[in-house]
Amino acid sequence: MSDDPILEASGLHLRFGAVAALDEVALRVWPGEVVAILGESGSGKTSLLRVLSGTVAPDAGEVLYRDAAGALVPVHAAGEAALRRLARTEWGFVHQNPRDGLRLGVSAGGNVGERLMAVGARHYGGIRAAAAEWLRRVEIDPARMDDLPRDFSGGMQQRLQIARTLVTRPRLVFMDEPTGGLDVSVQARLLDLIRALVADLGLAVLLVTHDIAVARLLAHRLVVMRRGRVVEHGLTDRVLDDPQHEYTQLLVSSVLAA
Amino acid sequence: MSAAAPDAAAGGTLAGYNFAYLDEDTKRMIRRALLKAVAVPGHQVPFGSREMPLPYGWGTGGIQVTASVIGPDDTLKVIDQGADDTTNAVSIRRFFARVAGVATTERTAEATVIQTRHRIPETPLREGQILVYQVPMPEPLFRLEPRVAETRRLHALGDYGLMHVKLYEDIARRGEVEISYNYPVMVNGRYLMSPSPIPAFDNPKMDRMPALQLFGAGREKRIYAVPPYTSVRSLDFEDHPFRPARADAACALCGSRETYLDEVVTDDHGGRRFLCSDTDYCGERTAER
Amino acid sequence: MSGWALRTEGLVKTFTLHLQGGARLPVLDGVDLVVAPGECVALAGPSGAGKSTLMRCLYGNYGAEGGRILLQHRGKAVDLTAADARLVREVRRETLGHVSQFLRVIPRAPALDIVAEPLVARGMVAEAARATARALLSRLNMPPALHALPPATFSGGEQQRVNLARGFAPGYPVLLLDEPTASLDAANRDVAVALIREAKVAGASVVGIFHDTDVRDRVADRLFTIEPRPEASRSAA
Repeated sequence: MSDDPILEASGLHLRFGAVAALDEVALRVWPGEVVAILGESGSGKTSLLRVLSGTVAPDAGEVLYRDAAGALVPVHAAGEAALRRLARTEWGFVHQNPRDGLRLGVSAGGNVGERLMAVGARHYGGIRAAAAEWLRRVEIDPARMDDLPRDFSGGMQQRLQIARTLVTRPRLVFMDEPTGGLDVSVQARLLDLIRALVADLGLAVLLVTHDIAVARLLAHRLVVMRRGRVVEHGLTDRVLDDPQHEYTQLLVSSVLAA
Repeated sequence: MSAAAPDAAAGGTLAGYNFAYLDEDTKRMIRRALLKAVAVPGHQVPFGSREMPLPYGWGTGGIQVTASVIGPDDTLKVIDQGADDTTNAVSIRRFFARVAGVATTERTAEATVIQTRHRIPETPLREGQILVYQVPMPEPLFRLEPRVAETRRLHALGDYGLMHVKLYEDIARRGEVEISYNYPVMVNGRYLMSPSPIPAFDNPKMDRMPALQLFGAGREKRIYAVPPYTSVRSLDFEDHPFRPARADAACALCGSRETYLDEVVTDDHGGRRFLCSDTDYCGERTAER
Repeated sequence: MSGWALRTEGLVKTFTLHLQGGARLPVLDGVDLVVAPGECVALAGPSGAGKSTLMRCLYGNYGAEGGRILLQHRGKAVDLTAADARLVREVRRETLGHVSQFLRVIPRAPALDIVAEPLVARGMVAEAARATARALLSRLNMPPALHALPPATFSGGEQQRVNLARGFAPGYPVLLLDEPTASLDAANRDVAVALIREAKVAGASVVGIFHDTDVRDRVADRLFTIEPRPEASRSAA
């Protein structure tokens, strides 16, 4: 594992009118590390994810990505072509609603194969084999490769989205509440899958969630946000078991025990 | 607006109209668009499509391109679905005869400018000829991505995964690519282009064609071009290569097994004949026999 | 190798309960503990004195309000209280292991993989890791049928044995054991004792909380007593 962060953000500010969505936010992510951004609605966690992934430009501050070759890419100054190339190859994005990250009218195999075709794969059999392998990895029966995602359950759609994202072996994956809206048992299966894949592939993950249990299970480090500011950050189990900030203590004490 | 040009080929032009109907400023605008199009093969160039004496969908784009490049010494051929004698081909040919006074012909080899709807002539074209295609929808990604702003971005970034997904889906569903006409091509290794609704069978003729190929879409207001000897490759997969398809039959008139055939229903009892769609080519072959 | 593997210097741990108007709860007030390689120290003291708190501080689970926690890690002394998250994770991966009472249940992961996970994290090939895990679970009298099942459905004793296997498999130089034999029957207690002894022989430093005095007497070299604080002082935030 290199000593250099794979993503570095500093001095981020973002306002929507009078509302400060991000207020002097800094963050670093290292290769192979899972960082969870924990917060309630209005905390700025989704804005932070959008700024970090280049979707929304901050009012101030910068985001630097260290690519596979070791070069520093200024995410908001690199230009659309460079960002799209990154988004297709070294980055991945898992949306909260799998329908936002899938082509519903394209078969499961086509969904998984698309990123491969976008970076030049031209052998039908090879694309299909890769798609089958990834469907298996996310525990979707490869026999369903030609089925449309709109015939899948929510959990299956989410797993398909994950396969579609990981097929080009990205180094950094942004996840926005990946288990939001799913049934509890389905969530458990998905979290387990994400945990295993992250470990197997050595992925760096930036995970936005409001669910403390998800953060505890998946994340190495935790960043707690409130009203656009980072109020506490550190090792996940330390932040959750020995919270220092008043807001973090409130969050942790609010969790309902099973 | 320019004055009517009095000089015309033998036969004279229609009084009150400029040579070839369009005013000189319009021709200049269209020629600029054509130059840009030729400079960037396969790239769609917007142009100020003019009101023409026929409705959209009837070839206004092709006519404007022809009107901008045709000169008094040119010989014009017009075909529609390969035939010189269909109503539209006849009307357009007569139109140019009246407004430009140019010579017209049905022989591919004798034409200098050929305007076509939905076919490429069977007779191989040569250097110095111009083939003008009538195009209804210039955007090859139209059915896959309806947003114009997004397709422009995809073309700019060379991001054509979407089209390959469509081909993949066809093969997954039916075992082969189901596109029989308007089969998408990659021009000069850079731009994805719609060849216009010509049958997929005609696509190989476009590759390194010695003639200049111009495409005009009047309703959509786009012009594009393929300069002579440019590479035009139909999209495919390494293990599912492109295969030009034609009916497995011989022309009932000339006996050809190599040309694209029209299927003609002859009676109410399922009778049918196959005839060459290219009437000029068929006629020549028949005459030789 | 130096004379100590783990030491604390003036360790202070005070909780500030913001939700109770900022009430301060001091638990540890200047703890000095030194553990040598091969030594087992048993934490002693009445309930609530801070034994578990000290253990959690030693693991980096709790932060410290004062003092230092030093560990021999990669041949150098590392201050855990000043270490950033990545360093703490590295220390936990290579140097510092722990066996606690409560298995943090990972849904659906089979017991075998849970035990093998730290070995894989240290670079061992998955199959070899699973083989080691299997051997250790068998030694702890876990029937092979249970190896493939997730511990969520296990009894307390079964979960505890998974914990033990996971903690002892990698051979950490420093081991923290929080009630390692709770819920175990006599036979498995003996296995646990054997594991601790073997670790000591291999040079590991062990800090443990043992409510079972019999086990404690069999493994501990000395007691370290934590006196309870006088009445917890209440002061305004």
